[in-house]
Amino acid sequence: MSALSFIIAGMLAAAMPFLLAALGELVAERSGVLNLGIEGMMALGAVVAFIVVRQSGGHAMGFVAAGLASAALATVFAWLALAVRANQVAAGLAIGILGQGLSALFGKRYESLTVPGLPKLSIPGLSELPLLGGLFSQDAVVWLGLLATLAIWATLRFSKLGLVIRAVGENPHAARALGYNVIAIRYGAVAFGGLMAGFAGAYAATVYTPLWAEGMIAGRGWIALALVVFATWMTGRVVFGAVLFGAVSLSQLAAQAGGVALNSQLLASLPYIVTILVLGAISANKRLLKINGVASLGEPFGR
Amino acid sequence: MPAPLLSLRGLSKSYGTVRANRDIDLDVAEGSIHAILGENGAGKSTLMKLIYGVESPDAGEMRWRGNLVSPSSPNEARSQGIGMVFQHFSLFETLTVVENISLIVPGKKRALVARIRQLGQDYGLEVDPLAHVHALSVGERQRVEIIRCLMTNPKLLILDEPTSVLPPQSVKTLFETLLKLRDRGVSILFISHKLEEIRSICDHATILRDGAVTGNVDPREHDAHDLAQMMIGRDMPEARAFAAREPGPVLLELAGLDYQPDDPFQMSLKAVSLKLHAGEILGIAGVSGNGQGELARLISGETRRHAEARDEVMMFGQPVGDLGAAARRKLGFAFVPEERLGRGAVPEMSLSDNSLLTAHGLGLVRRGLIDRGAEDAFTRRCIADYDVRTPGPQAEAGALSGGNLQKFIVGREMELAPNLFFVSQPTWGVDIGAATEIRRRLVDMRNAGVAVLVISEEIEELFEICDRIQVIREGRLSPSLTVSKTRVEEVGRYMIGAEEGAA
Repeated sequence: MSALSFIIAGMLAAAMPFLLAALGELVAERSGVLNLGIEGMMALGAVVAFIVVRQSGGHAMGFVAAGLASAALATVFAWLALAVRANQVAAGLAIGILGQGLSALFGKRYESLTVPGLPKLSIPGLSELPLLGGLFSQDAVVWLGLLATLAIWATLRFSKLGLVIRAVGENPHAARALGYNVIAIRYGAVAFGGLMAGFAGAYAATVYTPLWAEGMIAGRGWIALALVVFATWMTGRVVFGAVLFGAVSLSQLAAQAGGVALNSQLLASLPYIVTILVLGAISANKRLLKINGVASLGEPFGR
Repeated sequence: MPAPLLSLRGLSKSYGTVRANRDIDLDVAEGSIHAILGENGAGKSTLMKLIYGVESPDAGEMRWRGNLVSPSSPNEARSQGIGMVFQHFSLFETLTVVENISLIVPGKKRALVARIRQLGQDYGLEVDPLAHVHALSVGERQRVEIIRCLMTNPKLLILDEPTSVLPPQSVKTLFETLLKLRDRGVSILFISHKLEEIRSICDHATILRDGAVTGNVDPREHDAHDLAQMMIGRDMPEARAFAAREPGPVLLELAGLDYQPDDPFQMSLKAVSLKLHAGEILGIAGVSGNGQGELARLISGETRRHAEARDEVMMFGQPVGDLGAAARRKLGFAFVPEERLGRGAVPEMSLSDNSLLTAHGLGLVRRGLIDRGAEDAFTRRCIADYDVRTPGPQAEAGALSGGNLQKFIVGREMELAPNLFFVSQPTWGVDIGAATEIRRRLVDMRNAGVAVLVISEEIEELFEICDRIQVIREGRLSPSLTVSKTRVEEVGRYMIGAEEGAA
């Protein structure tokens, strides 16, 4: 397999943890809540999914459990940020650290154990194409994740629900004056963000690298957060950023395997550098930032 | 006599120790335009929020067509047939008109677009349903708000200070729309503090003062003087006439200033020119959102230009375009911004500390340390001279009412004894007595030879105090109009851009 077809085949799977977490965060931020606890929620989802899959062997069960666990943790954060009106940055960081701690605690007995991954589902015909064929042979979660991406994009853009979420994020006071329950909508959006972070963690721990190691999320939640901002809160750009990051991480691996004479630390930081440069360049447009930005992001709301 | 459409008995609402509404009784008849008249802070907005279900009353009862109701949310009020147009619009700037409307009106987008167009034609409320709200003028936004209300088929429409954002000509159109609505059976609650408007359109007026009802009259049977007396509880203070005088040297000059802000929601300024002499007051009139804010920041120094553009703003004959606000103040410039909280004063800090922010040069700081005694004395002087009602210099700025804080800020800036004084919206949210006092002081400054620039949306105010007026519209400034030779209608034409067609 050439390096290029290796990258093309693997980039969607590599992008999936970022993509799922970033889409969830996108929805939460669109409603006006900044959840900095994504990393910890991914870690919690990862360990829960790993344990469930390890005990029962069922991936579906593992994903459901991970999603629920992370959504529950996100709801605790939402309670702090919305009901108690704690500072969102501080509450998010604290809940994130709690998630990482829980993850380490629960995962203690599973260190270095493995679970079976997921089989690839191929699209007949397309998956036999030269070079591009690998793109059409992915596991079920990738296919579902792409569908979810489409659904989230369409919901935010075309549906009444999406309209309400955007309205609440732009001007919560006006939304309240129109009779919308701002707090309830934000609870929902944050919980959804937690659910997606749980899925993202589950994918990382039970499908992408089906092996438990403490701290295995390794900053992917932070990258997801950065993706949302750099993508100027646009779904399409989140997808682009996540896939770009995935592709560059794989090319970095391919380069190391191919014996490129470059410092391996420098190579390892390549995905971060490329993603920041590319997304930084496209988010430099202040006009876009203003139109797509969330006006009330991070501000506590109350009477 | 038929039961009134809406009837309130003994409605009360307090916020902390402030009794915003006390024992309000109110009856709104079917098919009437009913005015709620009162000064800023009299409790008008609170009352409307109670009726519309945004807030709940502490005591009292509300009857809608004879039935006891207690709306706990705007949804409930709307479903009963009450609609409201807010003073500070409740529109979402990043959404389109039809998206804004679909937030409270069910239906398919295409059907909504058709209905918006239809209503626009019927009531003279034309607006493009697919436009983004941030691209609309203030008048158009108000039309969107009214259409949004009308699409819920209200029996009662509440309008909170609807004319405060409109040029005179648009006020006429709005009134025609309201009369049409009334003839089709919609009652209107019209909140205002403008007496002549109420006399021209309303058939009933309820007057509020300090949160309580002080009168129930037919406004057509009383003159403005009577109404004002009921509203403020004493005689209207009189404006002081002043003599024309020869202007002195030019102290502020903008020569063909072009400015393109980064923020797409802001107005760009095009070829803005003005000259302000010592000993005169120049007024900038215009409907809000036409570039006043951008212009103010360029003059105050909050927006700095790059060094090549430094002579776009000249003060005292020096180019200052690239200087910050502090450097400009050092030259003898003082400034009162339109936002009191956050720009004019720091709400969390005491009045004393707020004095220090701009008056530090008046001996309040010695060897880098704050002279608390001098600071206290200066603050007390402002409080006494400008009639600021407050417990003392240590009161938090944010705890003062809008009018009192405005008096304090204006006082603080005037005490700096500037040669060039710029004030934006000097009497916004200030009661009539204090507003007259502030205007009188501005004229006193002018008579003492200070160059005064005033941005205001109240034409009457500008006509009262200014020597000359320039009108700002879509980032352009009209030629200078001499007040003594100009009629209000002429300024109004510049405000809506009609002078081009007429010329």
